[in-house]
Amino acid sequence: MDSFRDKIVPVTSILAGVVVVWYLFAVILNTPFQRDLDRRANATPSVVEFIGKTLAQPKPTLPAPHQVAVNFFENTFLRSVTSSRSLVYNAWVTLSSTLLGFAFGTALGIVIAIGIVHVATLDRSLMPWIIASQTIPILAVAPMIIVVLAAIGVTGLIPKALISTYLSFFPVAVGMVKGLRSPELTHLDLMHTYNASGSQTFWKLRVPASVPFLFTSMKVAVAASLVGAIVGELPTGAVAGIGAKLLAGAYYSQTIDIWSALIAGSVVAALLVMVVGIAGRIVDRAMGGRPA
Amino acid sequence: MTGQSPAVVSASKLGLTFQTSDGPVQALSDVDLTIGKGEFVSFIGPSGCGKTTLLRVIADLEKPTSGTISVNGMTPEKARENRAYGYVFQAAALFPWRTIERNVALPLEVIGLSRAEQTARIKRTLDLVNLSGFEKKYPWQLSGGMQQRASIARALAFDADLLLMDEPFGALDEIVRDHLNEQLLELWERTNKTICFVTHSIPEAVYLSTRIVVMSPRPGRVSDVISSTLPKKRPLDIRETPEFLAIAARVRDGLRAGHSYED
Repeated sequence: MDSFRDKIVPVTSILAGVVVVWYLFAVILNTPFQRDLDRRANATPSVVEFIGKTLAQPKPTLPAPHQVAVNFFENTFLRSVTSSRSLVYNAWVTLSSTLLGFAFGTALGIVIAIGIVHVATLDRSLMPWIIASQTIPILAVAPMIIVVLAAIGVTGLIPKALISTYLSFFPVAVGMVKGLRSPELTHLDLMHTYNASGSQTFWKLRVPASVPFLFTSMKVAVAASLVGAIVGELPTGAVAGIGAKLLAGAYYSQTIDIWSALIAGSVVAALLVMVVGIAGRIVDRAMGGRPA
Repeated sequence: MTGQSPAVVSASKLGLTFQTSDGPVQALSDVDLTIGKGEFVSFIGPSGCGKTTLLRVIADLEKPTSGTISVNGMTPEKARENRAYGYVFQAAALFPWRTIERNVALPLEVIGLSRAEQTARIKRTLDLVNLSGFEKKYPWQLSGGMQQRASIARALAFDADLLLMDEPFGALDEIVRDHLNEQLLELWERTNKTICFVTHSIPEAVYLSTRIVVMSPRPGRVSDVISSTLPKKRPLDIRETPEFLAIAARVRDGLRAGHSYED
């Protein structure tokens, strides 16, 4: 009952508000085109009829929520999952490169963080470059990665995954540097009194202390990976994936398709973040975390 | 002093100056001190008198800048490498992701004991601090006093003859503190360890110690060393005897002579 009052009510109220505003803007934004159509057809609809028409255009400037919902439902549940029009199929294509890129990115981020924490030279030399790497717009880098890799014969999943890696290693590296440096001074002194070796201090103190930081940064990283995979699908002239759906929708002004692909992307992102969150909570519990 | 037994800690003309952004701070100056085997020595003084620093020098957590110090007849660094002491910090400093028994096992894992030997030692030390039955609990499931007892068990686990304790009961309430003081004395009697104990409580120092080192600040130095005339067996109500109060008065005088009560 508490979760109903504390979570479901606030979230649904916001959602209802968003839907109302969305309908409002759908009417406003689709009005000019509808007026144009009516003028040419010499139609003089009533206000209610007119509003109805603005919400039922085949290629609206802003599709109405119910149009997106119907499109999303049809393309998710009514199509065979092997069909290239199925959102499940396209989401899977994007998801697979997201997961691969996320795995690469997490591993790379951890390795970089370990280097930075243990090698003073890397601390000074690497960090500025890592930060600089994230200031470059990914849209500029993505086509180059795809083209260069295609030139040496690497196509398909890997180039897209590498763009995910590029975006996802950063939060993990930054989070893990912080995590590996998080042990209190007393704990480090304690290991010192045991005359513990560097690797013992690393495995018995720094690594366990960094775990909460790892999961927090992985939540950011997995969302970034998805963005990377979608962006990676744009310049490849990709045939499948959420990015390809977005691009195709833009080519043919299928705004409803674009919006339902966007929704599919958000659903995948929410699921990914949720899965990482649950994994984090399971690990936390296994490490003696206090139940919240 | 205890002339017949070999010195566990021996310091002469020991000094330590920290270089801070506000200029040098003399944390310790001209400290001469010998601690014999089996002694229970308290260091008492106001904050900034260098009592914790002195303990950290013995533990090789700080390096002295002048004078000499030996622990078990060797440099503090060598002594630390030989795991000559167990150290109890002001905070229990247990690892939150380890159960009580795994926390006690930590030093044993570091020195590489076999699983069987670890289990035996964990059982023995947890018995010693009356924490049997709490092996599988995590630190947050224990009270502050129990956590500090677990940290004492951890310091005892590798069976060093020297126990260094830095205000271990400072954060606990008086009732728990009395109880732990009693238990600590019992433990000291049973194990025959040498204990160096930092405190800022006069009754605690007098109740526990065979010798009380009174320190004063700016620069941190030893202003008086008082040998206790109390018997080794000490029930809690010994604190109401004239003998006890006389020693406490001497400690207070020592602190006053060292200008500890001035601002």
